[in-house]
Formats: sequence, C-alpha cells, structure tokens
Amino acid sequence: MSETRPIGEFGLSWLDASGEYSDIVLSTRVRLARNLQGHAFGARARVNDRVAVLEQVRSAHGRADLLADAEIRELARLAPRPRRILFERRLVSRELIGKKGTATAPATALVLSPRQPLSVMVNEEDHLRIQTLLSGLRLHEGWNALDALDDELGRELPYAYHHEFGFLTSCPTNVGTGLRASVLMHLPALVLTKEIGKVLQGLAQVGLTFRGLYGEGSEVVGNFFQLSNQTTLGKSEEDLVDHIDRIVRQVIQYETHARQVLLRDAPSVTEDKIWRAYGLLRYGRSVSFEELMNLLSGVRLGASLKLLPGLRVYSLNKVMIFSQPAHLEDAAGRDLSPAESDAHRAALVRRILTTEGVVHPDEDIGDGNGAPKGPG
Amino acid sequence: MKCQACGSDEVTVHLTQIVDKEMHTFHLCERCAAEKGLQKSSVPENFPLTEFLAQMEGEQPSVEAETRPPACSYCELAFSEFRESGRLGCPHCWSSFETQLRGLVRRIHSGSQHVGKVYLSPDPSTFEREKRLGVLRRKLERAVELEDFERAAELRDQIRATEPVA
Ligand SMILES: [Zn+2]
Ligand SMILES: [Zn+2]
Repeated sequence: MSETRPIGEFGLSWLDASGEYSDIVLSTRVRLARNLQGHAFGARARVNDRVAVLEQVRSAHGRADLLADAEIRELARLAPRPRRILFERRLVSRELIGKKGTATAPATALVLSPRQPLSVMVNEEDHLRIQTLLSGLRLHEGWNALDALDDELGRELPYAYHHEFGFLTSCPTNVGTGLRASVLMHLPALVLTKEIGKVLQGLAQVGLTFRGLYGEGSEVVGNFFQLSNQTTLGKSEEDLVDHIDRIVRQVIQYETHARQVLLRDAPSVTEDKIWRAYGLLRYGRSVSFEELMNLLSGVRLGASLKLLPGLRVYSLNKVMIFSQPAHLEDAAGRDLSPAESDAHRAALVRRILTTEGVVHPDEDIGDGNGAPKGPG
Repeated sequence: MKCQACGSDEVTVHLTQIVDKEMHTFHLCERCAAEKGLQKSSVPENFPLTEFLAQMEGEQPSVEAETRPPACSYCELAFSEFRESGRLGCPHCWSSFETQLRGLVRRIHSGSQHVGKVYLSPDPSTFEREKRLGVLRRKLERAVELEDFERAAELRDQIRATEPVA
C-alpha cells in the first residue's frame, strides 16, 4: 500500500515572517526527545520494537487534543520525492528519510498536525521527537506548546524516565530534558565585518553550539547559522530556553550594530553587493542552490535594511524553501537533472521577484530615506 | 567563516575541545587542521561525545579494566559498543551502565541530576505527584512574575488536576 496524499502546506507556516525579528531570525525550532519503556532505541531496535512503538503512538495520538485531525505518514510508504520534501522542510532528519532512493527503516513515521505547527518523528534515533517550527524568535511559545503536547502524550505513553537522569535518550548528549532549541539566524553583517569568529567562539563559552542550515554536520551557507543549546541536563527547560533567548537577543544586537557599521563605513560597497545579488537573482537563467543561498543572503540584507523596497521577507523565505531540489521537481512534476534544476530554480526566483512589484534601482540609490514602498 | 588560525575562507574542520573544563570550538581550514594533527576524516559527526569518551578512556585505563561493566541485560549492548557508536541500546542501558554514564553525563552537562519537567506516569505515586506539583508551582510563580496570566491560569488548572483528590 503506498501513500499518495500530497504533503501540502505542512511545515510552512513559519514562512509568513510573523514572528519577532523575523528578518534576522528565520525560525525557531524546539524539540523534545522521548522514549518508551521496554523497547530498544532506534539503531538497535528490531522490527517488532519499531512496529510496537508506532502502534502505541497511533493509539495515543488519537487521544491527544493537540494532535486532533493529525495525519500519520509512514515514510516507507512514501515515494522518495515526498520524503525529500519533508526533509527540505526540516520536518524529518536525514537519517529518517534514508539515503536518496533507498528504502527507509521499517515503521519510521511522521505525525503531522494540520492546525498547529506541531509534529512528531517516530522511530528515529529516539522513539519520539516532538517538535515545533515557528517564525522568528519565539522560544518560550515553542516550549510552552511542546510542554502541553508532551503532557498529553505522556498520559498515554509509558515514557522511559529516571529519577536522576530524567528523560532517557539514546545519546547521552540529549538526556534529561531532551530539549533542543535551535534558532536559525541570518548574520551577514557579522560575517562581512569579520566579527563572526569572536561571536561564535563566545557562543561555545556560554554553552551554545552552531551548525549550518540542515543540522548536524552541515556546512554554513549564505551566512545562515543555526544556534542551539549544547547541554540538556542540570537546568530546567525554562532556564535553558531563557538562556538561549538572552544569548540570541545579544547576537541580534551585535548583528544590528554590525549592519550600522557597514552602512556608515562602507555604504557604497554594501549597496553594490546588495544590488548585484538582486540583479543576478532577478535576471539570471541558471543558479545552483548554494549560489542562490549566497545571493539570497545579500538580498535579504537589502530587504532588512530597506535598501530593496517592496521586497517582503515572506517572499525570500518562500524562495529558500521552494528552490530546493525536491520542491522544484514537485513543481515540475518530474525528476530534474542538476542543470535543469538550476534553470528551474532561476525561473522560480525570477517569477517570485517579478510579482514582488517592480524595484527601480535609480529611485532608491542615494535618496537617503530608503522608505519601503510595499508591505515591509 | 574564516579559519581562526590563518584567516583562509575554506573552513572545513570544526573542533570542540575542553580546556580548563570549558568547551571551546575552533574553526580551521584543512591545512591548519592538518598542522595541528587533525585530519578531516578523524572528526566524526558526534565529535564532542567521542572526544569525551576517548578522554575517559585515556584518564582511567586501569580502573576501566577492573570495572568494565557487563553487557546490558535487556538489549545485550556491550559498553565497548557504546564507546564506539556513542549511542545506547535501550532505556535499561542507563541502569546497566549507571556509574559510567553518571561520570560521562557530568562531563557533558552541568550535572547529572535532572531538574526539569517531572514525568507523571499513567499511574503516578504520591511522591511523583509531589515532585510534579513542585515544578508546576515554580512555573506558576514565574508566569505571575512575567505577568503571563493566560499561562498562569493554565498552570493553575494543571496544579488542580495533579493534586490528589481529597
Ligand atoms: Zn587555516
Ligand atoms: Zn540496553
């Protein structure tokens, strides 16, 4: 039996840029790792462990109000492309979808709520990864939502819990609260002013770690950094979240300050970089994903500084998600070669930028007020 | 990102080290990393953890040999397998290797005692309830302090629901 329901809009609500500081903080993600008593963890689990875990989740999710009308998608029943779409939306990990084209492990699944940005990965490294993905900086809101869903699921499911170590996990780096909060930030000015090294070093000293866009082991592209807590035990969830929130606000201040420095000390170079990036995206005929991310970084900076009036952060977020390979293939309705993919990507970006209203460079350079024309 | 040693743009190695009990992350290009004796391939994904595990081994080789714990009685994972993968086999492993894991956890985190959310099993004991109530009351105080009255109301409901029926 194969799964034919489309992925639809799941996991896209953060694109609307409705959260606090959404020009600098793209998204807030919070997740809780939970495991069930009496079953081996992911890597060591046998098929009957995995099936039993999924069955328990199936019967529990129906009784959780916060998962009302939620859908369970078994990844083994999905075709490779929808699986990759889920990965590109950061709803599942690379481990969960299996390598491109290969079969996924049995009974891995994703529970998706249609009403709220809540989902649960089942049978990854841990039995459950309860997660939320929100626009902008919304750590407390994210934790509160997960806390409530975790209460509901915990009433139905026998969690593995230890009086000393807290919620038990497969990897000791997640034990205790099982809470990992990550904030995806765009920090181009810190990179351009070469302050980023100091900032990242500082993060390590206050117990935060950073990665690229796609999580563990991924490279930093387009000046997008994912900041998250390094430790999960010995502090309450509220204290962990408070701490990250405070640090992220500080990094936002550094970035904002660095942007002012750029505009003050190198206004023409900065404007040139931004307009060149815009020009390539607006008129290019072929662009790789990595190049796109770098150009998008310039354009995003321009939109945030109101140097590119009429460009909405929402549209830039949309470009970022829908220009990924599986999303492009989904829109085209067929597989695409790398060269075709680059061409389709360029076309998509042109289309979105065209509908954003016409930006006339001559009107905006050097008039000194930089007022936005469209919705900001 | 620039290499922190030479300023080159091609950073490929992110190194986490423990210096004076503090965690430091360094970002280096391949050449500088090689000079410091680090090959790119020698840095696995769960690097900080394997680093910790290697340190543990280096520090107490003799103690280690004497106290090597038997395999987990539930999933039969040997402690040496955990060392290699950095992943435990099942919840019971946490009891099977409790002593070793306590030491490891203290190094990774700020302690070994969980102080967050208390899990209330489907059939909770009085002790579990009391602990849970303590956490909820602390949250309530905080919500009131922050003047988040909506949250405070939710928490009051939760406290009422958790309190034993008199
Ligand atoms: Zn170097
Ligand atoms: Zn075990």
